[in-house]
Parts: sequence; structure tokens; C-alpha cells
Amino acid sequence: MSVTITIPAPLRQFASGQSQIVVDAKTAGEALDLLTSTHSALRRHLFNDQNTLRNFVNVYLNDEDIRHASGPDTPVKDGDTIMIVPSIAGGAVIESEVGQSLPELSNEEILRYSRHLIMPEVGMQGQRRLKAASVLMIGTGGLGAPVGMYLAAAGVGRIGIVDFDVVEESNLQRQIIHGTKDLGRRKIESARDRLRDINPHIEIETHETRLTSQNAMRLFRNYDIIVDGTDNFPTRYLVNDACVLSGKPNVYGSIFRFEGQASVFWAEKGACYRCLYPEPPPPGLVPSCAEGGVLGVLPGIVGAIQANETIKIILGAEDLLINRLLLFDAWQMKFREFKLRKDPKCPVCGEQPAIKELIDYEEFCGVAAHQTPQPDSKLEEISAIELNAKRLRGEKIQIIDVREPHEFEIARIPGTRLIPLGHVVSRMNEIDPEVETIVHCKGGVRSAKAIEALKRAGYSGRLINLKGGITAWSEDVDPRVAKY
Amino acid sequence: MISISEQLLAEIRAHGVRDYPYECCGLMLGQFEADAKIVSETYPISNAREESAKRNRFLITPEELMRGEKYARSKQLEVVGFYHSHPDSPAIPSRYDLEHAWPTYSYIIVSTSAERAGDLYSWEQEADRSRFNQEAIKS
Repeated sequence: MSVTITIPAPLRQFASGQSQIVVDAKTAGEALDLLTSTHSALRRHLFNDQNTLRNFVNVYLNDEDIRHASGPDTPVKDGDTIMIVPSIAGGAVIESEVGQSLPELSNEEILRYSRHLIMPEVGMQGQRRLKAASVLMIGTGGLGAPVGMYLAAAGVGRIGIVDFDVVEESNLQRQIIHGTKDLGRRKIESARDRLRDINPHIEIETHETRLTSQNAMRLFRNYDIIVDGTDNFPTRYLVNDACVLSGKPNVYGSIFRFEGQASVFWAEKGACYRCLYPEPPPPGLVPSCAEGGVLGVLPGIVGAIQANETIKIILGAEDLLINRLLLFDAWQMKFREFKLRKDPKCPVCGEQPAIKELIDYEEFCGVAAHQTPQPDSKLEEISAIELNAKRLRGEKIQIIDVREPHEFEIARIPGTRLIPLGHVVSRMNEIDPEVETIVHCKGGVRSAKAIEALKRAGYSGRLINLKGGITAWSEDVDPRVAKY
Repeated sequence: MISISEQLLAEIRAHGVRDYPYECCGLMLGQFEADAKIVSETYPISNAREESAKRNRFLITPEELMRGEKYARSKQLEVVGFYHSHPDSPAIPSRYDLEHAWPTYSYIIVSTSAERAGDLYSWEQEADRSRFNQEAIKS
């Protein structure tokens, strides 16, 4: 295909003074390659050392920027014209921002990040921005694992991690930042070692603490971006409010069973978490992953999305998850997206915010009130050891297990009857009111709910909750019963 | 060498002070001659978009440049260079400027503050892209 390339005036001296050159090529990229092989002095003004078009050089094929078509692969037709047009950059802001404050990359780093560097969207500037950036991760669990590992690998210069937990066996199904050798170790130490192994060129800062209203503002101050990898509502609201009050972007992710959510809450640019959920759900309504389970790979996917958006924020990318809630269903393998809108009446980021400093989030989410038994409910409890003693004494009791059938398959206390929580009221007649009844679940929460529901439904017999559920039974009475 | 009248230089300085604390920018239209560029007109480009400039680091988009070139052609002129301001900073090109320039064009930089325009220099890129050379201004 015969294509005419118009040479911009300042570059004609590198093209033997010609203003138009005709080449025979199939694509725009090939046309430029032919042009610059004939006039080699031109090449350095159009292409960088990585052989990609310099980012200020724009190539128009018949008035369309080839970046909006297929780039260098954009096909050309006979008689097409190609124009080369620069964008003009410069300025003092740029000088101080780029020329001086961004750190340089060592040769090792250049080699390590080469797959980033050869993309104009990242390039040297972007990689130096990543190096200059700092990110605080709340939690090193299911979400924090991929977030930390990808941010470290990408070369984010300073990563802070907040956690207070230790690595347990049941974490390893999804928290791939920790390994079997780390069982019993503090999560921040295990995570730090893993991240250092991935990338020794970055700084890791560990904060072994629970994130609280007292320390959040102080911790957030030292970082550019906060990534929320928490699994509970009080901390989620705390992270949101502290981000709004300190003007930082909050890269949000959450997971449950097979479903995940992700968004970027950045009050200066769009909705915050409270614009979406002004109030927390009633305590106990939304089960935690410990109660409801979670597919191990799900936090991998959602956390990787969070890492992706974090990197895009640092690089100054345009299409962030701002005002967008991404929903992912791993079982159906479907992504859906909801538009979010900033709520002008939002109590924290609205026009007249009521919340001007951090509050008590346990109280706000009703967690504290929920955990202390209400005075009139008089929940009777028994420990695993006492229950065992009762059985050994041969007392006539019945034990009702209100967990789900698949949990019953994992482990059970011998001699119990399974009636899942959802059926406990409708199958109330199966529980003999003349016999003392012990109710148990995995940890004691669902069984307490079952007792409440039975009482409300008018069950007349005596109901006793097994404190700590089957987990306590395994720990204190019979270790052969598997813990999960 | 670049040849530009005192009046046009005064317009560039005024544009810089007017847009302070933002950067101003514009095209210089004229003719390429054997050893000099003769500027006969400036073509200011409004730049009240510090945010986008910060993000993209581009002051003049290719679309704007093409519009400017079209206008220049209608007057039998060519774009011979660009000017921009450095608010509260010296009129010296940065390394970033160097990576985003072509030889032959003149790049005029004027240092500005809220009250006045300071130094004004013209720069031309070395043909091997290695550096900017200061260019004589003849007015």
C-alpha cells in the first residue's frame, strides 16, 4: 500500500529536507519503520530506546490517532496519509515533580521492571512514581495477601502493613502470603519476609496493632493510598472515615463465599463507602467468612483487582473504579458493575458532614451491644468441660447441632442431632421439651440465635448454649474432633 | 537564533503573569530561514488546567497544535516553536522538557511570579537529543 508520510517542519533536516515521503507498507508501524530505516537520523526523535513511540509523539492516520485504533498495527490503505504531531510538554511544576523529587532506578531495578518500562503507560516516569509511592494495607489476610505481593512485585517503594493476628492453619487455604512454615508466627512478620523475598528493593513497614480510632489518622498520615483488606464492618467504616478525613483514596475490597466487591472510594473525586452504605447492617445479619466460608481463590481475584487499581492511581491512570462498584461472582464467573453517586447528604463526605473526627465504630456497628447478652434474654450457657462431665455422669440430655449439613460432615460431637439454624423453628417439635437441651454450633453465635428463635417461637423446654461451640469441644474435651 | 519583536516578547511575558500561578503556553508562528526562525505572531493557548497538566504533563495537545498549524498555514506561516512559563521557577528547561522536545523548534521559557515576569530564554535541542542549548534572541 502506498502511503504518504508528512514530515513535520523541524524534522525535515533529518529527512533530507523533504516534507513528504511515500512508502509502501501494510501497517502504520511498518510505514514508520520504513521511513526511519531510510532516514535513520529521524528515528531517535520518534522512538525511545525501548523502540516504542515517544509518548509525546502522536501519529495520525487520515486524522485518526493510531493509539485509538490498533496502534502500530493499524492497517493502511493505498493513498492514506500519515501525520506526525507532537504534544508539547513542559513547565516548572513538572520540573520539580519529575526532575528532582522522583527517585532514580538502579540498573538492577531497570532490569527487574523491564516489562513495565517498555509500556508507555508506565515507562521510566511511571516506574519512578511507583518507587516514590507509599501504600498502607489494612490486614494481611485473604485480600491483603495478593495486594501486598503484587504491590511489592510492582515496585511500590514503601508498603505498610497493619495486622495483629497470628498465622493459623485455616488461613492457608487463601492467605497465600503465609506458608505452612509460618504457622503460629505473627502475620506481619510472615508477610514482611514474603514481601522482602519478592522484592528486596522496597521498604516494608510493619505495624503490629489493631486499627483503631486512636491510631488510624496517625498511621494514614504517612501513606499516599490505603488499601482496605478487612473482614468486618467496624474497621471498614473506620478505614472509610479516616480516608475521607485525611483526603486519601481508599481501595476497597470485600469477599463472602463466592462473591466479591471492589471499588475505589475517594471522597475528593467521588462516592465514599458511606455514600453507598450509610448504615451498617444489623449485627449478625451478614455472616463473616469464618461463619459463612469463602472460596480460597476469591480473595485472590478481588485482591488482585485492588492491587491493579492502586497501581493505576499511582500511575495517574484515568479509568479507576471511582463511582463504580464492581461485583464479582466466582461461581457464575460473572462481573457486574453498579454506578455509584456521591451523596450530598453523606454524613462524612457530604456538603455538611456531621462526622468531623473518628467515632467509636464498634458502637456504631452495634457490635459491642450485640456481644453483651441482653438483660432480659438470660441466655444459659455451659462450657465444653461441664457438658462432658454431664454426659459422663449419665444425665439425660439432648444435644442439638444447628450447623449446616456440610459442616456436620467435617466434624461432629458424638450423639448429637443436626437441625440447621434455618430449620430450627419449623422442626421445633423434634426437640423434646421434657429433656434438658444443649444447643451448639461452630463457635456459639448461631446456637445463641437458635435459642433466641426457639424461645420467641414459644418453645417451653430448657435451652442451654454450648460456649465456644464444637471448637471448644475439640480444644478442651476431644482433640480427635477436627477443628475447621 | 530566533528573531522576535519586543512587542511579541512583552505579550508572552504578560500571558505568563496573567496565568500565574498556572503555566501559560502558546505557539510561535513564523518562518524557518537558513540560520534563524523569524517569529511574526504568537498563538496563545489557554491553560487553566493545572490538574490535567499535572496528570498528563502536556500543555498543548496534538489537536490544539494541528489547529494552530492550520491557522498558520492560512497565513502562509509555520509553527517555529513554543513558549511556556515556569511559575516561581527559573527559565531553564528540565530533563523532562528535554525528553519531550524536537530539535529545530525554539522553546521559549519565561519565569513568572504574581507580580512580574522574570528571565526569559529561548532554548533549542541539540540534534542528538542530548541537551538544550540556549539560543540567541534577536529583537
